[in-house]
Amino acid sequence: MQQEMAYDMQGNPHPVTEFKDDYSGAKLGFWVFLLTEAMMFGVLFLLFFIYFYRHTGSFVASSGDLNVWLGGTNTVILLVSTYTMGLATLMMRRGKIKASALLVGVTAVMAIVFLCIKGTEWNIDIDHGIYLGSKALGTMNKGEILFFGLYFVMTGLHGLHVIAGIALMGWVLLLIRSGRIKPEHTIVMKNVTLYWDFVHLIWIVLFPLFYMIGV
Amino acid sequence: MPSFYHETNTIFGTHRNPVLQWIFTTDHKRIALLYMGVMFTLFFFAVSAALTMRAELFFPGQQFLDPHTYNQLFTFHGVTMIFLFIVPGIAAALGNFILPLMLGARELSFPRLNLLSWWLYITGVVTALSSLVSGHGFADTGWTFYAPYSIRTDAHVLSTLSAAFILGLSSILTGLNFVVTIHRLRAPGMTFFKMPLFVWGLYATAWIQVLATPVIGITLILVILERTLGVGIFDPTKGGDPLLYEHLFWIYSHPAVYLMILPGFGIISEVLPVFTRRTIFGYRSIAISSASIAGIGYLVWGHHMFTSGISDMARIIFSLLTFLVAVPTGVKIFDWVATLYKGSIILATPMLWILGSIVNFTVGGLAGLTLGALGTDIHLHDTYFVVAHFHYTILGGVVFMFIGGLHYWYPKITGKLYDEVRGRIAFGLMFVGFNLLWFPMYIAGFLGNPRRYFDYLPTFTIYHQIAGVGAVLVAFGLLTVLYNFYRGLRSGKEAGPNPWGGTTLEWHIPSPPPLENFSKIPYVDFDPYEYENGEPVVEFDEDFRRIR
Repeated sequence: MQQEMAYDMQGNPHPVTEFKDDYSGAKLGFWVFLLTEAMMFGVLFLLFFIYFYRHTGSFVASSGDLNVWLGGTNTVILLVSTYTMGLATLMMRRGKIKASALLVGVTAVMAIVFLCIKGTEWNIDIDHGIYLGSKALGTMNKGEILFFGLYFVMTGLHGLHVIAGIALMGWVLLLIRSGRIKPEHTIVMKNVTLYWDFVHLIWIVLFPLFYMIGV
Repeated sequence: MPSFYHETNTIFGTHRNPVLQWIFTTDHKRIALLYMGVMFTLFFFAVSAALTMRAELFFPGQQFLDPHTYNQLFTFHGVTMIFLFIVPGIAAALGNFILPLMLGARELSFPRLNLLSWWLYITGVVTALSSLVSGHGFADTGWTFYAPYSIRTDAHVLSTLSAAFILGLSSILTGLNFVVTIHRLRAPGMTFFKMPLFVWGLYATAWIQVLATPVIGITLILVILERTLGVGIFDPTKGGDPLLYEHLFWIYSHPAVYLMILPGFGIISEVLPVFTRRTIFGYRSIAISSASIAGIGYLVWGHHMFTSGISDMARIIFSLLTFLVAVPTGVKIFDWVATLYKGSIILATPMLWILGSIVNFTVGGLAGLTLGALGTDIHLHDTYFVVAHFHYTILGGVVFMFIGGLHYWYPKITGKLYDEVRGRIAFGLMFVGFNLLWFPMYIAGFLGNPRRYFDYLPTFTIYHQIAGVGAVLVAFGLLTVLYNFYRGLRSGKEAGPNPWGGTTLEWHIPSPPPLENFSKIPYVDFDPYEYENGEPVVEFDEDFRRIR
């Protein structure tokens, strides 16, 4: 398609930006979206800090109940998966489509593993009678109730983001297959990579907050 | 040339069915009209609720509503007016229509996302209204959903909370779309300081939508989780802190009042130069004050909590910051007054609404300062004084601006003209009725009549009865506006592209606009409001090459 021009009074041409296929626009839009996500998680972090300040003792004690090894493994998995996702975009830009698709697939598998481990952790907690609104939780002190309340809400919300990430990766794979993501047209892939970076960054903060303060 | 009413782009190719053509359209102008239609239907529902309350309050004592129904009624009125009408209000309806036209763009950056916003909005509307017909009846918490009452009440709060969350999502997506559109799709040559001021208003609004709405979103989700799973973050019996709910709620909801008003300010800044036939005074200061109101508006939420038990230091700081917001607002008002000075003022209907809104908003804004001062707020908190204050700013201000804007762009949207005399009569009814309705509330509130109560002491009877008469006038005024628009549509005169002599880009294209707005994108190397001897300076030929 030919670039449309607007002409000023002297007759000089100036290129017009169209809304269709506007790479910078799509990128900017996604950054703004990530900003809203950051605001949302920001509120939860704020709540965490306020209650941590009020109930430091019980927060540290409850944190000791969480399994730092499972959480740590998950952290490593997410770190590696961001790397593979970034690499996938790089490969796509270099024209190595097959390698790129493979790397996206690997990332998705790691995300699934992350969810499985998370599920195991939650299961252990639930076996101990610790879940939202449970009787055992109701008998604990207020700091512990708040700690586990925030733990389930925040890791749950993060988990939802991981699930969304897996869906997005599946979508990216479909788009690669149908040729709608090409080495010269990678904006969707780039945005999904950005999203995954964001999801992993949130976890990088969640992990020390919930698992490490009691170690 | 066929207008956008005759052809459209839809998300699934082309439809023959006209209903599907509308509800799946990706054309920003059609989506704007969809918003408008639903929004004003809801507006009239909420007005009816208000009239019912006024009727109940005409005499002291219980007439025909029991207290619980009254609580549900004002919650319905509040939720509908705030979340369903005025928050999406001007931005989603008029902004959607006008923004790309003013920028010289053929669409918003993300047309399909725009349609998704509308669908989310509809989902929110359905979710909110579903509780009217199902189960326990509408929420009775007031539109603020304060914890812990909203956690404990038997009324149907869940659906209202979810609705507010979904509407927030819709609002975020609209804001995101506008931010990107304004950054990317301005016509070549149009720098930020060559944008029309309505666009500046929408730009500031969009940032508030993007940055504040997620805060309320997650807060409402936490309340939903409290009710369903018992998380305990705002529940004092589990160690939670209800004050934190108030903080988080107002961190959004205070900026949200600027989100309602800023596009309205933008409309004033559009209408004034056109009907005074001169360049607006202090273009840059108006533009920058929009941005600073959005910025400072973030920092003042605590003034809603002066009597909630926060520390004295916090109250003093919030009081000071609240006064700061008045500075950029004052700058705007003085700029408008300076524009009027020695202008050849044409008192057409849009201009009347705008002037009325400036008067009402100034009264409401000054009362806001009274409430921002700590000492007086302690006396006036949760009285009818507050109710009068925010109705003066939001109804007398924003809704007047909205209706003024609707009159102003009516010829552009429909291609027809409304009846001028009927328009002025409607304004007269509204303006007189509005002041009769709300001014007595200032006095009643000052004398100690608390808000939200379904009954009052007999000494306050006279104020409520004057208000009742005013409410009837307001209702007649609104119906006249509606009738006028309807008649204009049926048998109005052809408007032509530029009936008012406007200078911004939307007046250079046919009314109603064609599907993709501009056949050729113009080059913009002029200021938005340039007049010479009462006529617009800039002219284009049919190819959008500037010839003057």
